[in-house]
Amino acid sequence: MHVPVSERSDMKMSACSRCRMTKRVGSREKTARQKGRYMAIRLEHVSHIYNEGTPMERVALNDVSLEINDGEFIGLVGHTGSGKSTLIQHLDGLLRATSGKIYYNDEDIYREHYPMRELRGKVGLVFQYPEHQLFEADIFTDVCFGPKNLKLSKEEIESRAKEALEAVGMDESYYRRSPFELSGGQKRRVAIAGVLAMKPEVLVLDEPTAGLDPKGREEILQEIRSLNEEQGITIVLVSHSMEDVARYAKRMIVMNKGSVMFDGTPAEVFAHHRYELEDIGLGVPQVTRVMESLEKAGIPVKTGAITLDEAETEIARVFGLN
Amino acid sequence: MSMIKIKDLIYNYIKHDEEGNVAEENRALDDVDLKINEGEFVAILGRNGSGKSTLAKHMNGLLLPSEGAIWISGMDTADEDKLWKIRQTAGMVFQNPDNQIIGSVVEEDVGFGPENLGVPTEEIWQRVEKSLEEVGMIAYRKSSPNRLSGGQKQRVAIAGVMAMKPRCIILDEPTAMLDPNGRSEVIRTVRELNQLEGITVVLITHYMEEAAHADRVVVMKHGCKMLEGSPREVFAQVEVIKDSGLDVPQVTELAYRLRKRGLDIPEGILSTQELTDALKAAYTGCTSR
Repeated sequence: MHVPVSERSDMKMSACSRCRMTKRVGSREKTARQKGRYMAIRLEHVSHIYNEGTPMERVALNDVSLEINDGEFIGLVGHTGSGKSTLIQHLDGLLRATSGKIYYNDEDIYREHYPMRELRGKVGLVFQYPEHQLFEADIFTDVCFGPKNLKLSKEEIESRAKEALEAVGMDESYYRRSPFELSGGQKRRVAIAGVLAMKPEVLVLDEPTAGLDPKGREEILQEIRSLNEEQGITIVLVSHSMEDVARYAKRMIVMNKGSVMFDGTPAEVFAHHRYELEDIGLGVPQVTRVMESLEKAGIPVKTGAITLDEAETEIARVFGLN
Repeated sequence: MSMIKIKDLIYNYIKHDEEGNVAEENRALDDVDLKINEGEFVAILGRNGSGKSTLAKHMNGLLLPSEGAIWISGMDTADEDKLWKIRQTAGMVFQNPDNQIIGSVVEEDVGFGPENLGVPTEEIWQRVEKSLEEVGMIAYRKSSPNRLSGGQKQRVAIAGVMAMKPRCIILDEPTAMLDPNGRSEVIRTVRELNQLEGITVVLITHYMEEAAHADRVVVMKHGCKMLEGSPREVFAQVEVIKDSGLDVPQVTELAYRLRKRGLDIPEGILSTQELTDALKAAYTGCTSR
């Protein structure tokens, strides 16, 4: 009974990737981009229903409207099944909304002849465990794979691959190594470089630190931050770690049951919605709970710290430490 | 008798070239000694590539030592005749829930292990029922595993091991692919098995909060045992742990930083409550002065 259903959902996927492609590059986009703050992606009343019209029907996204601005660093959080994975697959057109509209740089991506393939280059999606998708004999060739498909010159392909590998901290000594000789964190970085070599304007990462050790996590997150700060790439980071979101994201979007539940700075969201977040299985950073616990115990600290540094500073202030 | 005894364990991963000659030898475990007592809950920490998983795979004979030896409940894993008995005594749960479940119905999956052991049908069902109850998944016995969440799948995988009536469970990063809810479900289940059923637990993890519940923490580095002790003793060494690429729970680091700045609080604080109590004492101390 399960087989036909999954086949049907595959069909849905291939139907959307069948969209026709054109070669037109939007010059309008560039001038608008130069003006600075700009809406890279806009979702209007987007809903997505899996297996519509069957007994397995499930609403994964329910009337989601949001804007992702150029240069933002967004932490996207939500319980498993909250719709966040479905949401990110809409951002580069991998999934097509059942209803609603999506605009990329003000262009409707569902209009006829929209260059969907170019969109996939501009919105880079790094899936969970992306290292499972490494397949070439050496790292350098693997990273070249994406740009090669863009039909660029050999020089351009190689310079992009070098740049991408440098951005994730993999130097030349690794270029000719097999991906299978690398550690988990290194493989992950090579996989991210493969997406970076497409020169995306928006980088969407689905739990890029899953399964890595603490140092590996930290390194990857630092690299993502520098992509955002130094190269101006817009980041959407899907994470289960409230600590990481507090530390790195400038804006936090909380998904629940297919809808956007909260949208604001991490400080606002964690300060005002602790119990709601706990109810949906997310919670707040450990230090935020510590500060509340201290306040309850009668120590006059200001609550609301979301990072270790903030908590340390506040406690030091109350205790008059240097 | 100790549940697991490891003596001078060395393991080399050997890479062969096309002609079958040894091309490269990588030492994954370098002279490890370790004893784990019956009923103990031991957490093993370490960076990717530090040898944790290699060590775990020795604990039920999936890998055999290059040098040295390992005994599970007194049985040498190098003794091939004992291998089945060893695997029955020490069950293993892996990282990816999707790779471990083979049945199309939860209860059939759980019954797979005892069936292979030749347990009579009647008893298989008793064991299935008991194991599913222990992991809190009895309500899902007739469900299809692919409709379960990651945390539920891992609990079914644990039930599958429990149905073999092991005395020890080795879990190799069982929560790495789970969300926070799934993670706490699995850890709660493991702690209950340890406390209520007296099962010896070896938990390999990257999450320091999970290790804080253990009786003992072992930190691995470059194939060697680097630190060993109670969570409090180990996490008190914040610098050493951070230098080796690991982390301590956030509250432990906060306490450590405050202590370093001259606040009079104890070392190795592990929970919010402990830090609150310590700071409250320090605060009353400094206001009453």
